Amino acid sequence: MEQEGNRTFIDKIWEFFASVRLAIVIFALISLTSIVGTVLEQRAESAKNIQILTRLFGESLAPGIYKIFDNLGFMDMYHSWWFIALLILFSANIVVCSLDRLPRIWKLVKEPIGPMTEEKLKKFIISREVIVKGKPDKVKDAVTNTLKSVRFNYTESKEEKGYQFFSQKGNYSRLGIYVTHFSILIILLGAVIGVFFGFKGHLNLPEGSVSNVAYSDRNEAKPLGFDIRCDNFDVEFYGRSEMPKEYKSWLSIIKNGNVVMRKSISVNDPLTYEGTTFYQAYYGLISDKMGSGIFIFRVISSDKKTYNLDLRLGDAFQIPGTNISGKIIDFSPALKIDENGHVFTYANQMNNPAVYIDFSESGKHKYSGWILKRHPETWQLPEGHMVEFVDYWGVEFTGLQVRKDPGVWIVYLGCITISIGLFMAFFMSHRKIWVRIVEEKNNTRVVVGATSNKNRVAFEKKIDRIISLIKKNMKEEIR
Amino acid sequence: MNSSFFFGLSTMAYILAMIIYITYLAFKKTQIGITATTVTIVGFVSQTLAIILRWKEFADLSGMGFLRSAPLTNLYESLIFFVWCLILGYLIIEFKFKNRSFGAFVTPVAGLALAFIDISGMSKEIQPLVPALQSNWLLAHVMMSFIAYAAFALSFSTGLMYLIVKTEKRNEVSYIFWTTTLGIFVVLLAAMGIDFLTFKVMVKPEIFIKSYMFKSSFFNPSAFIKILSWISMAVIIFIIWRYGSILKTVIEKFNIGSETLDEITYKSIAIGFPIFTLGGLIFGAIWADQAWGVYWSWDPKETWSLITWFIYAFYLHSRMIRGWRGKKAAIVAVIGFVAVIFTYLGVNLLLSGLHSYGELE
Repeated sequence: MEQEGNRTFIDKIWEFFASVRLAIVIFALISLTSIVGTVLEQRAESAKNIQILTRLFGESLAPGIYKIFDNLGFMDMYHSWWFIALLILFSANIVVCSLDRLPRIWKLVKEPIGPMTEEKLKKFIISREVIVKGKPDKVKDAVTNTLKSVRFNYTESKEEKGYQFFSQKGNYSRLGIYVTHFSILIILLGAVIGVFFGFKGHLNLPEGSVSNVAYSDRNEAKPLGFDIRCDNFDVEFYGRSEMPKEYKSWLSIIKNGNVVMRKSISVNDPLTYEGTTFYQAYYGLISDKMGSGIFIFRVISSDKKTYNLDLRLGDAFQIPGTNISGKIIDFSPALKIDENGHVFTYANQMNNPAVYIDFSESGKHKYSGWILKRHPETWQLPEGHMVEFVDYWGVEFTGLQVRKDPGVWIVYLGCITISIGLFMAFFMSHRKIWVRIVEEKNNTRVVVGATSNKNRVAFEKKIDRIISLIKKNMKEEIR
Repeated sequence: MNSSFFFGLSTMAYILAMIIYITYLAFKKTQIGITATTVTIVGFVSQTLAIILRWKEFADLSGMGFLRSAPLTNLYESLIFFVWCLILGYLIIEFKFKNRSFGAFVTPVAGLALAFIDISGMSKEIQPLVPALQSNWLLAHVMMSFIAYAAFALSFSTGLMYLIVKTEKRNEVSYIFWTTTLGIFVVLLAAMGIDFLTFKVMVKPEIFIKSYMFKSSFFNPSAFIKILSWISMAVIIFIIWRYGSILKTVIEKFNIGSETLDEITYKSIAIGFPIFTLGGLIFGAIWADQAWGVYWSWDPKETWSLITWFIYAFYLHSRMIRGWRGKKAAIVAVIGFVAVIFTYLGVNLLLSGLHSYGELE
């Protein structure tokens, strides 16, 4: 007695986890709680979310509601115990529900089909009957040729006054749902591996600097196992506009004192070394280095000779082969001129780098002016020489997102299999067809019965086509 | 002839088709029906040409190659593509189900959406791409998302029509649900129309959403107008609730069986769901992984697309439970599309996230 009671209890739990009802309850719970998670900013400062709640519920209610949500873990809800529990429940539901249904479906997949009686064939939802001229032996070829042409591998069975052919296709498509469900588990597994064995962090690397660590979200240093150096950083703009076209960092990987890899990265084009990937994420100016960067000039004298110069603020240089010399007086990362001709710096980024140079000849002041990196017409000197402002190097840092995730390939694998599973589940169907031919007064009666577990209408049309093909094949044979 | 010429042509064709479809509903003459279909196809073909031309114009201008120049980079272009998918979906349904009545519902949406883009002056100039969008995934991700959105839009309209046809009493939950949903839709569209008329803004749609949307009604600084807006919303919903049966009589004239409506709803979702999973969620995740180094970061846009996905998963599973076909399933289909709209617009309007593109700190 007791054992029986036990079994029904376990059965009940099993049924609970195997039910579609649980699935849709979980869908609803994940969706509804996630809505809250998109309204409240996750892992943000409490003041920000109190402000959001104030806007929604008014000043008096907001602190109380904040406290309730905070205690429920909504401020970092996707990592809270109950959300994880929901995901575990979701996985359990998928596993149990699959185990529960798989044997039955597997039987449907594996079940061979056999001949049917005519009464049964006529009871199918898709059922057709035609009379064609000729004996069954002649009709037989027309039927088999037709079935071959629509790619049904048939089995033949001889009957009293004729033949029967039957075939099934796409029986494995019934497994599509399980492939889909199983893929969700694979994706979740990959995500879990990423959480436990992966690393997510960031690194601000000034031009010319080397680092052997990256920093986690909590700003803990984590050794990389190699050194990474930022050789250069640059922003490219669309024409003269302020719209950035590309952010680019030139990186070098150094191991045991040797450069083992060099790559320039940009958004959508990261660098991967030993499983650690560096993404171009942000950038900025290092304000306390503003005066100590290196000006890189390319001077082309009027006789087309090119010279590269590295200089600092206050340095002077000479245009080779002439008595003209320049002195670097001032620098602006983003120069603009207002309508009164006053120059000012309009941004705290290198949006329009400009350098002010005093030129003199044989010690006598000649002229001075701004040379702008993004405006080649300012490089030209009246004497035909050109001073190209290539870069102001060493004052910018590149912001890298750093990630190591051994689970990502498992996630991708799950993405591939879920696509296959969904395709099987939604765009393929398990189709069965029976064709029975019986001799009747020197003619032949052709009875077709067919089933499809999905998209019946389309299969019905195909059956009609098969019948007209049989007729056509017959006519050709008579001829 | 450039892309704008063909866009204009398709807008006119859709509006003309709308008139012919309505005439067809009134007179039920086959010739009128064929004319309506022909005009729709003309509109569709010229819109296709327009999209291809704009694609080429962008490719020539940006010099970034054909794959990266897909005209899917802003609200204007994505709306146009959405309309294109919607018309394509409608034409398929018309040929498959041999029923034209539905056209009177779809062509106005298409025509008005295009006309709305035209009148509102949504920025039609070709904008260069910010670095985050410069990826080959843009084409696959956005295109497939919008094909799925169009399929969901169809399921929304057939689901709503199903509810309208199937509900009898005013105190029924399904009746209250569809009248309220329709009411809110009408009010929000009207409010956006008023915004355009009040501010006459010629800005990028993204900026419009952020700084002008509903400013003349629900978000107005004046408390009086704010309250008035809410009251008018309530009144409009009440009117639709009170006189909803008129709409029912109209739709019953369409001669579409409720079974067919249910089937179209299901089929659209059955097509939209796998496309959305692959193109929206998976390709989006792969792209995010490549651009930002996280395939899933629970930012609002991602989370809302997951919510949408769960709602449609809910729909597909709910059909397996006895008694859940019909009205209840139709309600889920309607809610699903509300989530789609929120994923597409609401997130940008109300919530912030990584999808506000490329603004480097």
